[in-house]
Amino acid sequence: MIETRELSKRYGDFTAVDAISFKVEPGQVLGFLGPNGAGKSTTMKMLAGFLAPTAGSASVAGFDVERQPLEAKRVLGYLPEGAPSYGEMTVREFLDFIARVRGLHGEAGERRSDDVIARLHLEPVLEQPIDTLSKGFKRRVGLAGAILHDPKVLILDEPTDGLDPNQKQEVRSLINSMARDKTIIISTHLLEEVHAVCTRAIIIAAGRILADATPAELEARSRYHQAVSLTAANLEEAKAALARVGDIASIEVDPQDNRITAFPKPGRQIFVAVSDALKAQQVAVRELALEGGRLDEVFRTITQGASGAEVRS
Amino acid sequence: MSGTMTIYRRELRSYFATPVAYVFIVIFLLLSGAFTFYLGGFYERGQADLQPFFTFHPWLYLFLVPAVSMRLWAEERKSGTIELLLTLPVTMWQAVVGKFLAAWTFIALALALTFPIWLTVNYLGDPDNGVIAASYLGSLLMAGAFLAIGSCLSAATRNQVVAFILTVVVCFVLLLAGYPLVLEAIGAIAPQGVVDAVAGLSFLTHFESIGKGVIDLRDLIYFVLMILFWLYATAIVIDMKKAA
Repeated sequence: MIETRELSKRYGDFTAVDAISFKVEPGQVLGFLGPNGAGKSTTMKMLAGFLAPTAGSASVAGFDVERQPLEAKRVLGYLPEGAPSYGEMTVREFLDFIARVRGLHGEAGERRSDDVIARLHLEPVLEQPIDTLSKGFKRRVGLAGAILHDPKVLILDEPTDGLDPNQKQEVRSLINSMARDKTIIISTHLLEEVHAVCTRAIIIAAGRILADATPAELEARSRYHQAVSLTAANLEEAKAALARVGDIASIEVDPQDNRITAFPKPGRQIFVAVSDALKAQQVAVRELALEGGRLDEVFRTITQGASGAEVRS
Repeated sequence: MSGTMTIYRRELRSYFATPVAYVFIVIFLLLSGAFTFYLGGFYERGQADLQPFFTFHPWLYLFLVPAVSMRLWAEERKSGTIELLLTLPVTMWQAVVGKFLAAWTFIALALALTFPIWLTVNYLGDPDNGVIAASYLGSLLMAGAFLAIGSCLSAATRNQVVAFILTVVVCFVLLLAGYPLVLEAIGAIAPQGVVDAVAGLSFLTHFESIGKGVIDLRDLIYFVLMILFWLYATAIVIDMKKAA
């Protein structure tokens, strides 16, 4: 479990993290979203015990990160931003070092090492110095170090940054496979990642929490939520047919590919009505889809709204 | 304890994973040899002792030890590994001491590799080996004090060059603390009591008295306290950066 209460970090006059409070339970994967400089990494650094909070408190698995730092660090696996590791060491030496510091000796330590090496596909580079590895491998070495002691709580700062699509997919399924009994926080810029791994998302900007909801709930805030999009052979015919559907609030046409999007009035569902109307008017439709909502649009609306307010004040 | 040892082993191995160790050791041996034979007049003196060898150690250390210590923390900060290190379940003190001991061991190794000169002097004459042993001890302690100062200044910056220059300056002042150059400057602005206190901090005075073969407990305590003080300061500097 991770809990923060009014957690704040100030640098002089600048407030990087502004009284953030949240609680993450075991089994949850929390996605931290926000523009660059929003305070995501600073919050994670305070949770990991690398930065001291200016005010407020945080606890990891019940241990206060300031008053019981060693206990908190023991149950925590942390991947810092950029996945730093000692470049002159080989992958095996690095993992051995982490295992020793974590008190994993002998057979138990070897079993854990073998497990993470297999999970992150590090066999081919075990004897290579980390400096000579590709970005994707370096990231996976960092990740291996973070999960080596099978921690109850995991904090991963941009775990899939720099990975190719296949590797991203593998890391996501790794996180999913660990999610059941662990408390996990990841930060990311990739909204599809929130879909793929997170059970909950917090959007922060300018150090404040702007939204805290499940990915589905966030999507429901999109104006595209429950909208219907279609491409028709004849644009004007299709528009005429849609004009007959009473629950449509507005219609937009993408000038590039003539794709029509019909937005419902609040709380209404229009998919069936649209499909019936098109059939009744015998409009030839190439494609008809119900939109779930667009996270990127929600993200933009929420975070830009916040920075706009900042400018005005 | 095991945290300290784990960090110690990792650090020590990292010296030998890069050319740093070999370059340092070779330069140290070449320079100490050159100083002994040319500047020190090892043969010309016609005496079987290692005084010309040890006399130049403070000046060798003045430049070589900061070259080792500058990377101690500045490099970790620059490459971001400090975040990894300090979020592992080790205390600040374990990290500071582990890294320091590794660097000190490394310098001790370089110092030990000067043994041929000890063999030479024993072959040529009949030196007082007690004095030589005491001088080695004094030299090692002084290197440790230089290193501890370097550790603290390396923690204060992410730039290794800045760490190097600051360390050289601080060590230089402490070396000459018993000499007119420093004492007159301080005497101009501070009362006599301060001047005397500074004079008592001089590295050279303590090193030279150990070098005479008289191991005075006060000289040993001086160096040990110096090391502990600067290591403590290192931990405080890192803590301050954490809260900044």
